[in-house]
Amino acid sequence: MNAATKVGAAAATPYNDDVVRLFMIAAVFWGVAGFLAGVYIALELAYPAFNLGLEWTNFGRLRPLHTSAVIFAFGGNVLLGTSFYVVQRTCRATLWGGPALASLVFWGYQLFIVLAASGYLMGITQGREYAEPEWYTDLWLTIVWVIYLAIYLGTIAKRKEPHIYVANWFYLAFIVTIAMLHVVNNLAVPMSFFGTKSYSAFAGVRDAMTQWWYGHNAVGFFLTAGFLGLMYYFVPKRADRPIYSYRLSVVHFWALIFLYIWAGPHHLHYTALPEWTQTLGMTFSIMLWMPSWGGMINGLMTLSGAWDKLRTDPVLRFMVVSVGFYGMSTFEGPLMSIRSVNALSHYTNWTIGHVHSGAMGWVAFVSFGAIYFLLPKLWGRKEVYSLRLVSYHFWIATIGIVLYITAMWVAGIMQGLMWRSYDSLGFLEYSFAEVVAAMHPFYVIRALGGVFFLSGALIMVYNLWRTARGDVEAPVPLAAAAAAGR
Amino acid sequence: MIRHEVFEKNVLFLLVGILIVVAIGGLVEIVPLYTIESTIEKVGGMRPYSPLELMGRNIYIREGCYVCHSQQIRPFRDEVERYGHYSLAAESMYDHPFQWGSERTGPDLARVGGKYSNDWHVAHLDNPRSVVPESIMPTYAFLNRPLHYDDVAAHLRTNRIVGVPYTDEEIADAKADLEAQATPGADTAGLLARYPKAKTGDFDGNPNTITEMDALTAYLQMLGTLVDFTKYNPDYAGK
Repeated sequence: MNAATKVGAAAATPYNDDVVRLFMIAAVFWGVAGFLAGVYIALELAYPAFNLGLEWTNFGRLRPLHTSAVIFAFGGNVLLGTSFYVVQRTCRATLWGGPALASLVFWGYQLFIVLAASGYLMGITQGREYAEPEWYTDLWLTIVWVIYLAIYLGTIAKRKEPHIYVANWFYLAFIVTIAMLHVVNNLAVPMSFFGTKSYSAFAGVRDAMTQWWYGHNAVGFFLTAGFLGLMYYFVPKRADRPIYSYRLSVVHFWALIFLYIWAGPHHLHYTALPEWTQTLGMTFSIMLWMPSWGGMINGLMTLSGAWDKLRTDPVLRFMVVSVGFYGMSTFEGPLMSIRSVNALSHYTNWTIGHVHSGAMGWVAFVSFGAIYFLLPKLWGRKEVYSLRLVSYHFWIATIGIVLYITAMWVAGIMQGLMWRSYDSLGFLEYSFAEVVAAMHPFYVIRALGGVFFLSGALIMVYNLWRTARGDVEAPVPLAAAAAAGR
Repeated sequence: MIRHEVFEKNVLFLLVGILIVVAIGGLVEIVPLYTIESTIEKVGGMRPYSPLELMGRNIYIREGCYVCHSQQIRPFRDEVERYGHYSLAAESMYDHPFQWGSERTGPDLARVGGKYSNDWHVAHLDNPRSVVPESIMPTYAFLNRPLHYDDVAAHLRTNRIVGVPYTDEEIADAKADLEAQATPGADTAGLLARYPKAKTGDFDGNPNTITEMDALTAYLQMLGTLVDFTKYNPDYAGK
């Protein structure tokens, strides 16, 4: 599609881009906040004095703040914003329900974030990983989410294209499944109408199963299906190539959403969860490797005939490397779900490393790519202020990720081996405290990796700010570039 | 053979199709946990938390202890030697929510009860590095403040709604039981009849006030102590 027809289509259908702009600003803001929280709690593990001895700054309360900020605040705003952008373009229809309803979703979602985050700092939590917000916050999110679903369905329903584009299948699966998981997993009885405390409807082993059915599919549908929807729109757009295989997208879509939902029990290997459930979880997790790589292949092969662009376009580089990280972590995941591997990896930092190769390498990188692609369009600019700075961001963040995940791999495997190590007399070789002490250098390297990743994001903020202002970086003169060794 | 066009051209078909496909796995894995009786072993000794232990558990949840400490011992030689008998499903049957955890930045706590003295726990929570120099745990000295427990009966009542078998008597006596458990020299006969094996007395070295430190220590000191493993036979537990 050339520029002239694009303008023509936009004139025929006035898209609601105001709300998308708001979502992008929020995504960048919460992203930086979430990365900063991550760096801070990484420092707490390396140097416990950073806990400050205050209840509001202790690791136990800040860790949910970090995970929720990056997953739900950063990731969520990226997903909601891009889904509104994509659904309008691919349906050639403006958002159903009008601008007011879309704004309600935006502000309602920000209120959810603020309610959840303030609760964590004050110790208001359900004590369920990635589902920490208490009942009143959960109810509010449910209302916002139903409106979001209605807008999405309504917009697709009034589309002017005969077919629903593949990106929308993934976005819709994300919205619907998150609704199901959120409602079921958060079933609880509040102590009183005016109090914050509630008790979960589930107990013990059943609660564990329900929680990890939710928890793993927060990964599967929030951090995977949603972002695959993003990939299916932005990678072809930026590479200016069609999707590699339509048939592959059909097959891997249904396989992915069917298989993912079974994978939860791999978080509960060798626990009091019945063995049949563990075996199901492991089996489906291994099968999940195939549709995951189906998505990776479809994303990467879309670059057929356009690979040369990676040399000149750092925005596309972000997207392509993100798909590479997706492939890597969706291979590592099935590996770690094998019971005998999990016996070593579970409870260790290996899990933390695995999550971050997915979260930073896949989710954040594909988001950065989409944001760099979208921002100039939303603010009516030709291109970002400086592609050179995008390139700096890319390399600094990549070094950060590599430092992070290698440190956590080594730390995790070492931790697992030290715990199970016996001396020649048949006694446990290491006390728990000795293993904690051995982790210190890796915690320091991890925090350093986080600092790199955060620094890259700050470069992005500066770059986006100049883009929004309409600045264009003066090209670096050839002689100066040569002198600087570039 | 259904043509995929059906889903691509009708958003309601797509929606319903997605819903059916994503519902199956959860139904197959979760529902049988309620219908298969052997899921939770029948063992002697399990009882609901005493009011003080329950308040302590809520502090454990509030402070996010679960993000670094697991409460689930796996059936491996090293774990059983390090922490004690592997965890049974029955041992968390009254846990709303479960606190099995997913990380061991710190050690497993499923059977920490009775392993250390009250004084050790209080010193450790005040400043972990005073007793474990390698520790990276935050300090919890701020727990030396009065425990708010006026609404403890409501906590028990809400637990009963979600399935914990607290009796009317236990709910009525909740506040008195809480005070009796944390007060040295109090009459604990009724408390111990209702909550066998509950640890009583002053926990934090400050007998004049019932503090959050008292409640949390009472909870830690009972963890994993209820089931009598000399009478436990895994081959018959489910039958």
